[in-house]
Amino acid sequence: MSATKQKLVVIGNGMAPGRVLETIFEEAPDKYDVTIFNAEPRVNYNRIMLSPVLSGEQSYDEIIIHGDAWYADNGVTLHKGHKVVEIDRDAKTVTSEPGVTAAYDKLLIATGSNPFIIPIPGHGLPGVLAYRDLDDVNKMLDVAKSGGRAVVIGGGLLGLEAAAGLLAQGMDVTVLHLMPTLMERQLDPAAGYLLEKELTGRGIEIRTEANTKEILGDDKVEGVLLDDGTEIACDMVIMAVGIRPNLALAGEAGLEVGRGVKVDGAMRTSDPDVFSVGECVEFEGNCYGLVAPLYEQARICGKVLCGDEEECFVHSESSTKLKVTGVDLFSAGDFADGDDREEIVFRDASRGVYKRLILEGDKLIGAVLYGDTADGAWFFSKIKDGEPIDAEARDTLIFGPNFSGGAALDPLEAVAALPDEAEICGCNGISKGKILSAIDAEGLTDLDGVRACTKASSSCGTCTGLVESLLAFKLGDAFEKNAVKSMCGCTDLGHSEVRRLIVAKKLKSIPAVMQELGWKTSCGCAKCRPALNYYLLATWPGEYNDDNQSRFINERVHANIQKDGTYSVVPRAWGGMTNSDELRALADVIDKFKIPTVKYTGGQRIDMLGVKKEDLPGVWSDLNKAGMVSGHAYGKSLRTVKTCVGSEWCRFGTQDSTGLGIKLEKMMWGSWTPHKVKLAVSGCPRNCAEATCKDIGVVCVDSGYEIHIGGAAGMEVRGTDILCKVETEAEALEYCAAVLQLYRDQGHYLERIYKWEVRVGLEKIQEQIVEDDDNRLALYERFLFAQKFSQNDPWAERASGGVDAHEFKSLVPAE
Amino acid sequence: MDGMQPIENWLNVCDLEDIPVRGARRFQSATGEIAVFRTGSQEVYAIDNRCPHKSGPLSEGIVHDTGVTCPLHNWVIDLQTGQARGADEGCVRTYPSKIIEGRVLVKTAL
Repeated sequence: MSATKQKLVVIGNGMAPGRVLETIFEEAPDKYDVTIFNAEPRVNYNRIMLSPVLSGEQSYDEIIIHGDAWYADNGVTLHKGHKVVEIDRDAKTVTSEPGVTAAYDKLLIATGSNPFIIPIPGHGLPGVLAYRDLDDVNKMLDVAKSGGRAVVIGGGLLGLEAAAGLLAQGMDVTVLHLMPTLMERQLDPAAGYLLEKELTGRGIEIRTEANTKEILGDDKVEGVLLDDGTEIACDMVIMAVGIRPNLALAGEAGLEVGRGVKVDGAMRTSDPDVFSVGECVEFEGNCYGLVAPLYEQARICGKVLCGDEEECFVHSESSTKLKVTGVDLFSAGDFADGDDREEIVFRDASRGVYKRLILEGDKLIGAVLYGDTADGAWFFSKIKDGEPIDAEARDTLIFGPNFSGGAALDPLEAVAALPDEAEICGCNGISKGKILSAIDAEGLTDLDGVRACTKASSSCGTCTGLVESLLAFKLGDAFEKNAVKSMCGCTDLGHSEVRRLIVAKKLKSIPAVMQELGWKTSCGCAKCRPALNYYLLATWPGEYNDDNQSRFINERVHANIQKDGTYSVVPRAWGGMTNSDELRALADVIDKFKIPTVKYTGGQRIDMLGVKKEDLPGVWSDLNKAGMVSGHAYGKSLRTVKTCVGSEWCRFGTQDSTGLGIKLEKMMWGSWTPHKVKLAVSGCPRNCAEATCKDIGVVCVDSGYEIHIGGAAGMEVRGTDILCKVETEAEALEYCAAVLQLYRDQGHYLERIYKWEVRVGLEKIQEQIVEDDDNRLALYERFLFAQKFSQNDPWAERASGGVDAHEFKSLVPAE
Repeated sequence: MDGMQPIENWLNVCDLEDIPVRGARRFQSATGEIAVFRTGSQEVYAIDNRCPHKSGPLSEGIVHDTGVTCPLHNWVIDLQTGQARGADEGCVRTYPSKIIEGRVLVKTAL
C-alpha cells in the first residue's frame, strides 16, 4: 500500500458504482484505496437480469458481475450487509449501521432507488412485495412454490417481467394497470394492445384502468379490492408502480437534493469531494432508471475521479427492450402524436408485427417495434444522430437498413450495412466501430472475448445476436458461433439450453420443441429424438405422452439387442436376492424357449441371451407368472442395486445392507434417467458390494450411512465422492432419491452421474441436497410423484399381447 | 381387406396402419428379410433388412426424415437410395413400393 493513495469510499454496490470502479482501475489503478459499503449482503450482480432468474432461465451465479475475487484482486474492502447511517462531511467520514467508520478523501453516493409502495390500506401485510433485488426474487420464488395467484400492480416494464416470471413458475397471474394500455411510457397504444393480446394468450390476466383500493387480509395477503368493487383472491401482491431516488442519506448530510441528489455534468454534488451516480441522481431535472445512461454517468464519474474532466454527461434518449422470452419489443425516443409530427406505420397482423416510426420535419425522433426488432439498433442510431432523412430514404425507411427490393435479409449484410458509429450494445453504449477495432487489436475470436474487452452484450444480452454477426462478418469462417456444444446437427442449442427452454416455454411434445426452438430438420435424428423424449418425460411426468418411435430399440422392446438381432432378457433380482421358485421358473423358461446362453451378470442378476424377438412376450409371460418383472437392463434407467448380506449374516455387518438395497430398488425401479444408473449398498467399510465405484453408493457404518455419488468402473474408473453421512435408513432413502431426481433434472442425455457431478461440481450438489433441507424434500417428493407414472412392469403390459403387439410379429404376405 | 394376394407382381404386404409412423415392419421374401418403413410424411419405403456394415436389423432403427439409423452401430441408411449417409460407405437393396387404397405394396425381385 502506498502512502500517497487517496481514500475513496463508495456507498452502494450496484451496477453504476461497479462501472465507476472498473473505469478507475483501468485508468489509474494506483490512485485510490477503495472501501465499499453495501446494504445488500452480497457482491455486485446484474440487476437487469433478475427477470430471467425469476422465470428460472438463469441462476444467480450467472448474473454476478464482480465475484469475490474481483474485490480481492483490486484491493477493495467490501462491507457486505452494511447500511450507511451517517455522512459527516466536516470530519469526512461515513458510519455504517453495525458501527464501522471509514474516512474518505472522495465519497461516491450510489444509493440507488426505492420501490414506490402505494400507501393503500393493507400495503404493509406480509406477502406484499416489491421487485428490486435478489431478496425480492427469492421471496417471490418461495411463495410461487406452493402455487396460487399473484397480483402484480403496475403494467410497466418491471411489472410485466415479474408477471411473466411468476407465470413461468406456475402461478396464476393477474396484472392491474391504472392506464388504458400497457407500458404506456414506452409503447404507443397499438403496440400496447399487441402486447396485451400476447400476454393474455399466454395465460396472464390483464386488467387495464384498474385502480387498487385496498389489499385484503388479516395477517397475510388474501386478496385485493378494486375501486369498482371487484375482489381478486391472491397469495401475493407485487408492487411495480415505479421507483423513487433514494436521497435520504444525502439530504441529511446537507447536500443539495431535489427529486434526486443534484449533480453537474461531472457527476459532482454540491460538495466538490462528493460524487453521485445511478438511480439516486437528478441531472438537469431528469432522473434515470435504465442502464445505458447510468453506465454513461459511471464512465464519466470514473474519469473525473481520475482527473480527466474532458467529457460531460449530457441527457440523451434511451431505448427499451422487454425481457420476456418470446416477446420481441423495442422502443426508443419520443412517440407521442403531435401536429408537427408524421408517422410511418407497418403492420403484418398475421405475423404479429407492428412497426411505427415518428418523424418531426425530416428527422426521425421515435420508433416502436413489436414482433420484429432486428432493426432497432439502426433506428436508434438514426434518432440519436438526428441526421436529416431525404424523401427517397424515407420511402424505404421502415424496411430497415438493408432494404434491397425483396430479397431475404442476411444478418451479415445487415451488420455490414451499419455505419461504424451505429450503437450495437445500448446498455453499455458500444458502437460497431469499437467492437470491430477490439476484435482486431485484441485478436478476439468469440463472444466471451468481446464481452470481456468491450462490455458489449454483457448486460441485458439482447444484442448478443448482433455481436455474433459482427464476429462472423469480421472473421468469416474463423468464427465459431457456439462455444456451447450443440445437441446434434439438428440444432445449435446445447443440452442445458434445450432443457431450460422446455421448462421456460412449457414445451410438452417433440414437435413443439422442434417448432419453438427452430429445429433445422423435419423430425430430428437418432441423437436428439431420444434425448428430447427423455427431457419431456422427466420434465412433465404424467402429462407427456412417451414417444415410442423416438426410443432406441432396446427401450422400445424392453430387451437388449445382440449382434445377431436376437435379444437378452434380465429379470429384476431385488437387491440381488433370489429363491428356489424363481430359479425353477427360470430353468423352465430356458428349456421351453431353448435359450442358448445363461450367465450371471456383474450386478448380481441372471442374463438369458439369444432370445428370438418373437419369443419375448412368451418368455415374459412365464417370468411374470413366477413373480419376476423387467430388470430394465436395457434402459437409460435404474439398473441394479447390488448388495452384500450385511448385518443379517455377516459378522462384520453394521446395518441391514440387503434390506436397504431392496428398499432402494423398490423405490427407484422403472424411473427413466439421462443414462443408466447403478447402485450398491455395502454393509461395512470392507465394501464387498463395491459401492464406491457406483453411480450412487451407500456404505453402512456403525453410526449410520455414508452416501456416495459419482463412481465409475467402465470406460473410465473413478472412485465415488462422499456426498454426506446420515443417521437413519429413512434419511438414506430420501437423500439417494433426491440425488437421483437432481440428476434427472440437470443431467444431459447420455451423461452418467459422475460426468454430471464433474460438470456442475460436488459443492453445488451438496448445496442443493445436504445444506438445503426444503430443496431436498422437494426433490424427494418430485421423484416419488414421477414414479407414480413409471412403475408399471413393461413386460406384463406386453406379455398379454396388449401393448405394441406389432413389434413382435413379422408380416406374412401371401404369394 | 382380405388376404395378401399378389396384385400383378406386387406383393400385397399389409395395411398402411399396420406400420407405426416413423417406424417399420419386416417380412420374409424369397431373397431374405425385407424391412418396410413408414416415414413422418407418410411415405413408404422397402429395403433389405440387413445393414451393409454388420448385418444389423434396420427395421429396428430410429426413423428420421427419409433415413434410418441402424441399431447396432449407428450407420444411417437413406431409405430412398439405400446408400449409407455421411462418411460410411455401403448400400442396401431397395424395392419399389406404393400405397393403393390403404394397402402397402412392395415389388420384390420375383
